[in-house]
Amino acid sequence: MTHLFESYDALGPPYDEMFAGSVPRESYARLHDTLGTLSARDLAARVEGLASSYLDQGVTFDIGGEERAFPIDIVPRLIDQDQWAMIEGGVQQRVHALELFLADIYGPGEAFRDGVIPRHVVTTSSHFTRESHGIEPPNGVRIQVSGIDLIRDDEGEFRVLEDNVRVPSGVSYVMTNRRAISTALPEAFAEHRIRPVTAYPQRLLTALRAAAPAGVDDPTVVVLTPGAFNGAYFEHALLARTMGVELVEGRDLECRRGRVLMRTTNGLQQVHVIYRRVDDEFLDPVHFRADSLLGCPGLVNAARSGNVTIANAIGNGVADDKLVYTYMPDLIRYYLNEEPALANVDTWRLGEPKHREEVMDRLDELVLKPVDGSGGKGIVIGPKATRAELEVLRSQVLQEPRAWIAQPVVQLSTVPTYVDGAMAPRHVDLRPFAVNDGSKVWVLPGGLTRVALAEGELIVNSSRGGGSKDTWVLAGPGAAPVASDLPTSGPREIAPLDGGPVGDSRAAQAEQQQQQQQAAREGTC
Amino acid sequence: MLSRIAESLFWIGRYVERAEDTARILEVQLQLMVEDPSLDIPTTCDEVLAIMGAPVQAGEIVGTAELLQRLAYDPDSPASIHATLRATREVARRARETMSTSMWEAVNTTWRAIPSGRFESMQPSVAFSWVRDRAALINGTADATMPRDEGWQFLMLGRSIERADMTARLVSAASVSASSAWSTSLRASGGYESFLRTYNGLETDRKAAEFLVLDRLFPRSVVFALSRAEQCLENLESAGQRAGFQNEAQRLLGRTRAELEYRALADVLNDLPHEMERLQRTCALATDAVTRRYFAGSVATIWNPGRW
Repeated sequence: MTHLFESYDALGPPYDEMFAGSVPRESYARLHDTLGTLSARDLAARVEGLASSYLDQGVTFDIGGEERAFPIDIVPRLIDQDQWAMIEGGVQQRVHALELFLADIYGPGEAFRDGVIPRHVVTTSSHFTRESHGIEPPNGVRIQVSGIDLIRDDEGEFRVLEDNVRVPSGVSYVMTNRRAISTALPEAFAEHRIRPVTAYPQRLLTALRAAAPAGVDDPTVVVLTPGAFNGAYFEHALLARTMGVELVEGRDLECRRGRVLMRTTNGLQQVHVIYRRVDDEFLDPVHFRADSLLGCPGLVNAARSGNVTIANAIGNGVADDKLVYTYMPDLIRYYLNEEPALANVDTWRLGEPKHREEVMDRLDELVLKPVDGSGGKGIVIGPKATRAELEVLRSQVLQEPRAWIAQPVVQLSTVPTYVDGAMAPRHVDLRPFAVNDGSKVWVLPGGLTRVALAEGELIVNSSRGGGSKDTWVLAGPGAAPVASDLPTSGPREIAPLDGGPVGDSRAAQAEQQQQQQQAAREGTC
Repeated sequence: MLSRIAESLFWIGRYVERAEDTARILEVQLQLMVEDPSLDIPTTCDEVLAIMGAPVQAGEIVGTAELLQRLAYDPDSPASIHATLRATREVARRARETMSTSMWEAVNTTWRAIPSGRFESMQPSVAFSWVRDRAALINGTADATMPRDEGWQFLMLGRSIERADMTARLVSAASVSASSAWSTSLRASGGYESFLRTYNGLETDRKAAEFLVLDRLFPRSVVFALSRAEQCLENLESAGQRAGFQNEAQRLLGRTRAELEYRALADVLNDLPHEMERLQRTCALATDAVTRRYFAGSVATIWNPGRW
């Protein structure tokens, strides 16, 4: 074992992805060996280079108005082909079920009638928007982009931690991480067959174009950002740039007669698809928060008249609700007639008296999560909380039980992470991104691995000091190259480069003579 | 202006552009070889060396390290960045008195990184972006300090011809290799983002080819570079001419550009490799013509002692 891993302790109950005991697992063996060949100094220099390249490129995110480089760890996380096939299938299944669920609750509501999920669970969700009732997406897709958060339990089994079908962020880091790590660790890169992630923007654009209102042949797609001070602005800009579409702010848009137009130097131009990165609440002051400056008044009505498609659809947040999450396995069985491929984490709903009873005296053993929180906000991890914190929590829960769920403390799996010159196990999760274009749910081979950089920390969100890792999905043999749509013909001769005056033999001769002359003159003095 | 000086400036333009384009091509190709698991490395290396006019010998297998050696570090390989930058500095030294001090320094400082070993010690990706930065610095200094006289025209003429030639090489390589070659070429030419914006993000090979060859606004497209070169030649021939073109180089470049622009798009794209080959020949012929017309005599006349 090399010195980098000397003090590496992978024996705890959490599943370690690189080591089984003290031996590297098969899929990680090569990476382990390659890392072992690097000297500590070399590795430190690469880590340094990695961080500064992110600052130079402006790969940053904002916490409370301060722009910071997104921390990226040099050790990638590997997922082998079979594991990936399972994840891919599970995510596709989940997205299909979520689509059907959303179409159902904003439409006929059959699941309520059949008693799969109580109506009140849905209607009391703070993200349930009555305004969306009856808005039919043109190609039936409400979840163009989703990020299903996965973790691995102590047995190494993947489980779904939460669903993100509003505006999941982080995909830009998947792309920039790949580029950065391929520069920092070219040896390791060359030794693995890694499935590329560069196709994402094209897939997303295809899905967005497919979602355009009926009858529009060449839709205008835009990305709607809250603005340069948003934490994920880097991502918005990257997506717009790589899709070749405009990045607009609310003030660039205008609604007239049920159409959405953007102000350009050539006058007003109609917009057909809005990939919005603005929350529902701020999207349209007519229907939601009246003081919002980030949206555009009239958007919802334009969407209702079928002149613009908003992606992801308004009201998707109800599917992210952690209480609805607890019904997902049943919903998958109900809508798809299949067993869920990816299990949930066991969860108690505190809104139900029986569950509450079970949980209330065990608050110090469990994790409590607010049902509509995101970014790790408001989560209380029982074993780590102080008595006072638990008391506050108890009263909060009793006051509004619907707002809370409880889960056992799941030890997220660990992956070696570079910390202060050596490798140490750190907890990770995985957010695979899925793009639905109406005919297929495509899962980006990779996804964002977030890592909690503090020892023992279980919350991986970047707003809580988390970093990320490049995620390598290993390819099987023989990924066939895509054929070109241009004819490839004939032999060709490429001329050598023109030489120019340098290297000309006569020039060399003259040079020599010039020197001789100088030498001669020096000799005479 | 002295013919000798004019020739130097012409070649400064060409060499600087060549160093930059070589760096761009290498950077993107190496990145691609690392990222794309479906790529066969020796074939790609062959391909890259072939575009740069330094094909491998039959039966020779070249890996990435060797590719880098030949195109970046090897002082004896004429296509290498090393050799190109050395040549730039060599020519610049001969025209030193006509260049602004800051431009000469930009050229000289660039070269100094090579014998000092700094260039080779950089990580390849850093080295390539360094080359791009230096080229931008030299070009920018020239732009900011050179009067727009004949000397400037020659510098621009050299740069434009080289650029047309290099883009043609890039295009012909892309049109014979498989898969992601087109977006690679767009990246190498620095025009990927503007391409996506121009075509609303719809990436097809045909459009990529069109963009790199025919786009009138993209500064690295073949047509743009050719018209720029023509413009330079026209500025050099100050006497207004009523009919035709007397300047052979102008005639050659103009005809090729017009053929590219006025022929049906499908025709041009169907036979890209040959089209690009022709273009490279035109660039070589135009260079000869420019040399004959403007630089002739800059080479010392050789006295052949009587043979009879």
